[in-house]
Amino acid sequence: MIMHPGVLALITGSLLTSAMILYAGWYGVRILRNWDLSSGSELQLALEKRTYLISTLLSYALGFELVSLFLFVFTADRLHLLFSGAMCAAGTLNANGFGYPLLILKLVNFLFAGIWLIVNHADNQGYDYPLIRFKYLLLVPLVPWSLLEFSYLFAYFSGLHADVITSCCGSLFSLERPGIAGDLVSLPVKPMRLAFFGTLGATLASGLFSWRSGKGFYPFSILSLATLLVSLASLVSFLCLYIYQLPSHHCPFCILQGEYHYLGYPIYATLLGGGLAGMGTGFLHPWRRRGSLQLVIPKLQRRLAGVAISLFALFLVIAAYQMVFSPFRLGE
Amino acid sequence: MTPSLQRHLNILDFALSSLWRRKGKNLSLLAVYTLIIFIIASIVFFTQALKREAGLVLQDAPDLVVQRMVAGRHDPIPVSYATAIAAIRGVSEVTPRYWGYYYDPVTGANFTLVAADDPQLKPEAIAIGSGVARTSRISIGDFLPLKDLKGSPVLFSVQKIFPSASELVAADLIQLRQEDFLRLFDFPSGRATDLAVSAGNPAELETIAAKIVHDFPDTRPILKSEMLRTYDSVFDWRSGLVLVVLAVAVLSFIIFAWDKATGLSAEEKKEIGILKSIGWETTDVLLLKSFEGIVISLSAFLAGVSLGYLHVFFFSVSLFEHALKGWSVLYPEFKLTPVIDPYLICLLFLLSVGPYIAATVVPSWLAATVDPDAAMRS
Amino acid sequence: MIEVIEVSKSFNVGKVNQFDAVSRVSCRIMPGELTILKGPSGSGKTTLMTLIGCMARPSSGRIVLSGIGAGSLFGQDPDAAIEITSLPERFLTGIRRSAFGFIFQQFNLVRGISVLENVMLPAYPTGVNHKVLRERALTLLETFNIARHAQAQVGLLSGGEMQRVAIARALINDPSVIIADEPTAHLDSRLSREFMALVEGFKKGGKTVLIASHDPIVYDSSLADQVVEMRDGALVDGSLP
Repeated sequence: MIMHPGVLALITGSLLTSAMILYAGWYGVRILRNWDLSSGSELQLALEKRTYLISTLLSYALGFELVSLFLFVFTADRLHLLFSGAMCAAGTLNANGFGYPLLILKLVNFLFAGIWLIVNHADNQGYDYPLIRFKYLLLVPLVPWSLLEFSYLFAYFSGLHADVITSCCGSLFSLERPGIAGDLVSLPVKPMRLAFFGTLGATLASGLFSWRSGKGFYPFSILSLATLLVSLASLVSFLCLYIYQLPSHHCPFCILQGEYHYLGYPIYATLLGGGLAGMGTGFLHPWRRRGSLQLVIPKLQRRLAGVAISLFALFLVIAAYQMVFSPFRLGE
Repeated sequence: MTPSLQRHLNILDFALSSLWRRKGKNLSLLAVYTLIIFIIASIVFFTQALKREAGLVLQDAPDLVVQRMVAGRHDPIPVSYATAIAAIRGVSEVTPRYWGYYYDPVTGANFTLVAADDPQLKPEAIAIGSGVARTSRISIGDFLPLKDLKGSPVLFSVQKIFPSASELVAADLIQLRQEDFLRLFDFPSGRATDLAVSAGNPAELETIAAKIVHDFPDTRPILKSEMLRTYDSVFDWRSGLVLVVLAVAVLSFIIFAWDKATGLSAEEKKEIGILKSIGWETTDVLLLKSFEGIVISLSAFLAGVSLGYLHVFFFSVSLFEHALKGWSVLYPEFKLTPVIDPYLICLLFLLSVGPYIAATVVPSWLAATVDPDAAMRS
Repeated sequence: MIEVIEVSKSFNVGKVNQFDAVSRVSCRIMPGELTILKGPSGSGKTTLMTLIGCMARPSSGRIVLSGIGAGSLFGQDPDAAIEITSLPERFLTGIRRSAFGFIFQQFNLVRGISVLENVMLPAYPTGVNHKVLRERALTLLETFNIARHAQAQVGLLSGGEMQRVAIARALINDPSVIIADEPTAHLDSRLSREFMALVEGFKKGGKTVLIASHDPIVYDSSLADQVVEMRDGALVDGSLP
């Protein structure tokens, strides 16, 4: 275990969040079992009060997931000195088998909590708790995921020993290495670029269509997820190269550094925000005809779609700007 | 302004006035909270600054040092090894280094003696760090007696005192000529303390180190990067340990905050009851409570971090220097270079505000879900 | 109109100390009228009023509100009939905020803040602009002749003044129904009659008024359109016309 303050902060934070989510999940199950809106019984009234606590806990959990996603990458970056061969966060994450899965877990939990809060927001607008079952069913899988995240975090940091020789990001994200990271890099640039602009274009078009007509939210939310994934792959595969202006530096973390004008923040913020808002529309779609939500959901969906397309468009502008104005050219 | 924003402003306004109405309680909470953040911030800033200083020290250190090991202990290395090592491919230069420690019974301090190749240094003259000057109460032109191996004192005249900017590094340093060094310690001839090796291409250092071990099994090559890593982890480890100890303090603070939050005074409870009865909703009261929490934790955070910053960079960690440094008698009087690191600020924020939020979320919820009709029954 | 149909409210159900505060009460409160709930303390008047005033939910039975402007919260005609029996708290509060003004026996003013702030308090969560709200509160304080105390702390006021502050506060969101629980309990007979004069003003302003009281100055008042008598959580037979 490395006693870095960042490690301690992450572990404490993750422990607290997991405890919060476990608590929320426990009462979520009780709500699922005992909920009866027509009853004015004391149990029902107590459960209704609990819903306030649960949504507060979940918003804190979401906040922590977001902050800790960046804090994690940064701590990993700070720790790279301890590992010979590691030159930035990418190398530290690779120091044992838990690093990258942990990053993915964090991402998944962030999306999960975000979608839950979107559904919760819609539910709060209805006068008969229309989504209560769906909402708490959605909460149930979040519990094991967040516990898993905590155990991975713990396993990762306790498995870090300062002398493990790791590959630096230069070799991790380079062509020779097998594994996901290597696969992402070796994706052929031309089709990748096509896929990138293709999904982004399709998502924007479908989002605009949905925003104007109030229809087609399922394809839009699936496309949003696709855009999120394809864009993350594209960042590693070719987008970063333009930012670093180096033909072999594929690391998706260094763009968060000052040397690259903190470009990573707007990139990840627009991508994650857009993906979340876009996916949210799909999760709301099955309930658009529920009596008390008839007016609420379509409005909310259009607002989310609006947010998603603006964020994706902003991301596209940033990415395109880098590709057009970077002096660096990819050899075809 | 949208109603939603105005609602937040209205409630924030009321939160501020409620906090102010209960000054006594809130200020005591704020004071304890600030103190804890101050201590944590001091530790984190100080470790960071020490790491930086250590990095600066090592900046001038050779890329690779070769020591000789005898029975697992460090032993003077034959200078003849230098020629053989210089012949290894990629090695650009090998320099024997002469240095050691000297215990001064008068002041009870340990000096670091280094043989310098500074041609300006006269025979039987020394250049000293300001720490040495301070503890021995000498200045330029004075003499410093050092005992040789047989116990007879040798007088050295002080020719130069190192500027205090480099204090942390050079406080206990005494530089003297190589022949003086060898004579003083009666150093075995043909031996040096260690060898400094530099390579044309730093990327080849590891290969060179491996080759040296292969050719001279009795040596131990130490890479600069390894030293950096060791320093880094030692500092982290130390501050981490202190933080773990501090966790106990944080924990008691959490209990304290919890107690403050749950042990709402009868008056406060009544007030929330009134708010609920006149049309405030649970969400509104939760918002009120979280605004109160935000105001308290943000002020404590800002105050604690600024005080910690001043403490470390302008008052030289006067409150707990010994705990953290464990230095010798020659404790350097130094000013660390002030740096603001956004990462650390962010980290401190999480370490200090996170536990507070966690401690207050359930109590605030309990307070906020008072039945609105309770006020009618009092 | 407020329609109460077979409403019961019990506490500690299933335990030894189960307590049925209100059992199977039905009545109607007509708009623009003054209805008086009469009965000794502990007869369930207050509980019934908290149920009507959307402060608590009944254990069983239904309460339907119509013509009080709450329908807009549900995307319907403002005066549509709304059943409040199983609404989530945030909706109940929404209705309560817009449709009901409460005057409590103990006045329930927040100590330590000014009279003006007390009057403004119920409107904070509605997101009304602070300046607009201030103007509105000052106008109300003037109506009740206590504007000169606007900046004073409530603790320094006399009982009659405190009640007028509480009334001004009840009116800040311009409710259509005013609910008062034993409003004259802490007033002498002169102030009690002054209070009834204010009630007359409410009626003239078209407001529905519901008062729980066991003070003859209140329930024998000629202003009362309907007097409902309660005992042991139930209506006394024949008390309804």
